Amino acid sequence: MFFKKNLSQLNIAAQCRKNGLPLHQCPQIIFLIMGIIIIGTMISFYAIGMHWIEDPATVALIISIITIVLLILSFIITRSFERLAEASRMKTEFINIVSHQLRSPLTNLKWATDFLKTATLNKLDESETEFFYVLEENCKRMNELINNLLTVSRIEQKRLIENKKIVSLPRLLKEIIKESNAFAIASNVTIKTEIEEKIPEIYCTRSLIKTVIENLINNAIHYSSAKDNSEPQKKIVEIKLNKRGKNIYLEIQDYGIGIPEEDKKFIFEKFFRSKNVSKHQTRGSGLGLFIAKSIVKKMNGKIGFQSKQNQGTTFWFTLPIKKLKLET
Amino acid sequence: MKTILFIEDESALQKTFGEILKREGYKMISALDGETGLKLCKTEKPDLVILDLILPKLHGFEILKKVKADEEIKDIPIIVLTNLETMADVEKAIELGAMTYLVKANYSLEEVINKVKKALGA
Repeated sequence: MFFKKNLSQLNIAAQCRKNGLPLHQCPQIIFLIMGIIIIGTMISFYAIGMHWIEDPATVALIISIITIVLLILSFIITRSFERLAEASRMKTEFINIVSHQLRSPLTNLKWATDFLKTATLNKLDESETEFFYVLEENCKRMNELINNLLTVSRIEQKRLIENKKIVSLPRLLKEIIKESNAFAIASNVTIKTEIEEKIPEIYCTRSLIKTVIENLINNAIHYSSAKDNSEPQKKIVEIKLNKRGKNIYLEIQDYGIGIPEEDKKFIFEKFFRSKNVSKHQTRGSGLGLFIAKSIVKKMNGKIGFQSKQNQGTTFWFTLPIKKLKLET
Repeated sequence: MKTILFIEDESALQKTFGEILKREGYKMISALDGETGLKLCKTEKPDLVILDLILPKLHGFEILKKVKADEEIKDIPIIVLTNLETMADVEKAIELGAMTYLVKANYSLEEVINKVKKALGA
């Protein structure tokens, strides 16, 4: 047991994964590199010193001084990276614990609401019934936020839950649009679609690709309705799905508030919310696009956008058909 | 009347679930920890077990292992109802003999009750 535990410590790649850090930021790798640099420097100075300096004691003294300086430097560098690794590990653990601990009381709340609703619904008047919907809606919102936090944590640990199956994107897209329709109607937004039916089926994790599409559609609806003086005919979200060369291409266009020029470079960053968005909508965690980009990237696809402030935004992503099919 | 054993450390969840099962015509017995749950499983021989995984005294996986290794109770169907949702947990539970695996946060109370009815062949 003791031997096995110590042996696992030597697996540097596994240690780095555990800390959620890339190899070049891993303290173990930094320690190894610094060790090689120190040994290399000692050997080089010994060779140079023996050639140019006659007194071996002077050579030994110079090598000793350089080695001590390098050791101090390597200690400082390795410690800094250790702190970075520790901070990264603690952040991931914190998200995991908080998310799991939040889920239990939330389930209690959700199920108790379900129970009360079933037991008392026909005894209440319309305005009282609405309170159940407030409770339900807020449980749903909190659940979504917790799920997003968990997904981010899994992305960072490279442990996204995968359950690959053959997926028909036109069918999935129609299903998502149907689910989003109530939200679109409530926001006075019309969804228009152009779906190419004969798209090859792909082999992927359905829930992940669903998350990407849902995030993009929900954003488009949100930011269409956030535009105050939008003319009714402009509150439209256009969705196009087709095959482009060797890729499947999905585009979601809105005529909403758009993204300010200075915010464009940060749009896929975690927890980032554009200034004009937070002015109109206090809701939102700034995690949706980070999650969408991470998932598309994992599926070897590309994601991008074009946007003009106050004119609207078009988000698109591609998925390579061949690569997704080959994985079978 | 069919008997359901609910092994869950959240007493609030037990109360809600117990009330709805009673209205659906089932008898619910419950345990707040793994050891009591396993003991009740042996003594009461319920028609169905609903099992959480993170439990005091005995983990849900241990209960699954012990139930499935016991000739007298190994045929009792077990539904795992938890908030753990990694693929490894799902696979392990199914491998150990769980009938189905439900993530609490992803199901409404009505959906869980429907799964219970289905498991009991109603």
